[in-house]
Amino acid sequence: MLKKLLPPLIPFVVVTLTLEWMVRAGVVAGYLVPAPSAVFRALLDNRDELAAAMAKTSAGALVGFALSTLSGIVIAVLLSSSRVIQKSFYPYAVFFQTVPIIAIAPLLVIWFGYGMKTVIASAFIVSIFPVIANTLQGLLSTDPALRDLFRLYGASSTVTLVKLRFPAALPQILTGLRVASGLAVIGAIVGEFIGGAGLGSVVDVARTQQRVDKVFAAVLLASVLGLGLFGLINLISAVTLRRWHASEQETI
Amino acid sequence: MSDSPIASVERGVALRLEGVRRVFDNQLVVIDDFNLSIDAGEFLAVLGPSGCGKSTLLRMIAGLSPPDAGRIVTDPPVFQTAFVFQDAHLLPWRSVLDNAALPLELMGVAREERYSKTHAVLKQVGLEDAEARYPSQLSGGMRMRVSLARALVTEPRLLLMDEPFAALDEITRFHLEVQLRELWKLRGMTVIFVTHSISEAAFLANRAIVLARRKGNIKLDRKLELPVERSNSLRSDPRLGEEMNRLMSAMEEE
Repeated sequence: MLKKLLPPLIPFVVVTLTLEWMVRAGVVAGYLVPAPSAVFRALLDNRDELAAAMAKTSAGALVGFALSTLSGIVIAVLLSSSRVIQKSFYPYAVFFQTVPIIAIAPLLVIWFGYGMKTVIASAFIVSIFPVIANTLQGLLSTDPALRDLFRLYGASSTVTLVKLRFPAALPQILTGLRVASGLAVIGAIVGEFIGGAGLGSVVDVARTQQRVDKVFAAVLLASVLGLGLFGLINLISAVTLRRWHASEQETI
Repeated sequence: MSDSPIASVERGVALRLEGVRRVFDNQLVVIDDFNLSIDAGEFLAVLGPSGCGKSTLLRMIAGLSPPDAGRIVTDPPVFQTAFVFQDAHLLPWRSVLDNAALPLELMGVAREERYSKTHAVLKQVGLEDAEARYPSQLSGGMRMRVSLARALVTEPRLLLMDEPFAALDEITRFHLEVQLRELWKLRGMTVIFVTHSISEAAFLANRAIVLARRKGNIKLDRKLELPVERSNSLRSDPRLGEEMNRLMSAMEEE
């Protein structure tokens, strides 16, 4: 455990100490970049407010992420079922990838009002495409020999999906979820900027008050949230792929 | 010289291919006017250069890709086929046992019967101690044996093999060839074995055909004059060398 934690911890300590020194020595102005100790103090001083905000953002990001996971996989399964369907609808799925979320966030407020619904919608919109794209890729790259084998023994397309194509696509699906988990947090924060609530709103308010330390404290928590989600996906990946996929095996 | 195992009349499928034609993308004629009769319980090796259509032929016989013209008649008309691919193609998320049991599972055989049959066939290929292991924990030879067990678990009357041992090292291949020959004698199914290895074709089969590079014309169709019992000692037997020479000269002539 320590061996795994140590390599990423070293740069963290070095950067934190360097930053602290730079601010204290006056190399960087404290009102532009706060000293790590100031961020830490802001975390402690505003712990109740930040904890409540973090809970809200977590809920919004998680629900948005869960929705994009479920619907992304269902959409990918539908798209993979026929070449015609894929050709007709995939370009519209790409739309989710290219839409500038910050530009349509105000629209979301008009549709869903201030609060949770807008946040969830925003998290959902930015995180669904990687799920669709990776799942589709996985479903379409099933080993043709194995598809033949399933045909030879009279397996229906549903059985082939459940017993072959879906499990074979799992590594790609999990890759999609890893990307989507980070995007869901970003989407939630953007939604909160406009829809007002959670860490996004803390950042927005603190910014107008020139409270750079508080902005950093909120940003730090948002990153922690993203890392947590990412870690969760990695955990799921390690458990499900442990026995068979090269990416989760240390030695053969 | 008789080279048919005793049980073959019961267990094998007889096939007749009549004027079979297969065209890819409406222009590339891979197989044209192909005629061949295969006896029940025969062990037929199909030799030919890469791209001569031998894999296409096998897929048509398996019913995985229909011929564009001609027909394939079998006796009996309905029977169980099994297919062994060039690589083992196992499901990496399933144990050896569940990989070998897959065909029975797909055919809807109840769990208990499925596993008892699978235990038996895994024992036949010498994998009874590896049932709980996963494909990533097996050697190439063991994976191919699982693939073989998966093919045999349904007690097929026709076994189609598409260069199954091509990716294995020679010693492993020799062992598997002897084992396959034993299993064929035991079960008496018809085997069609596609390969580009002349020594493998001569060692395994009781009949070999050599296909031309174009349109799958048969350049040589020969009953091999070799003993029924084939152990590794046959590999240095001059009779095998003679048969290999015949196959080789057929392969070389244009």
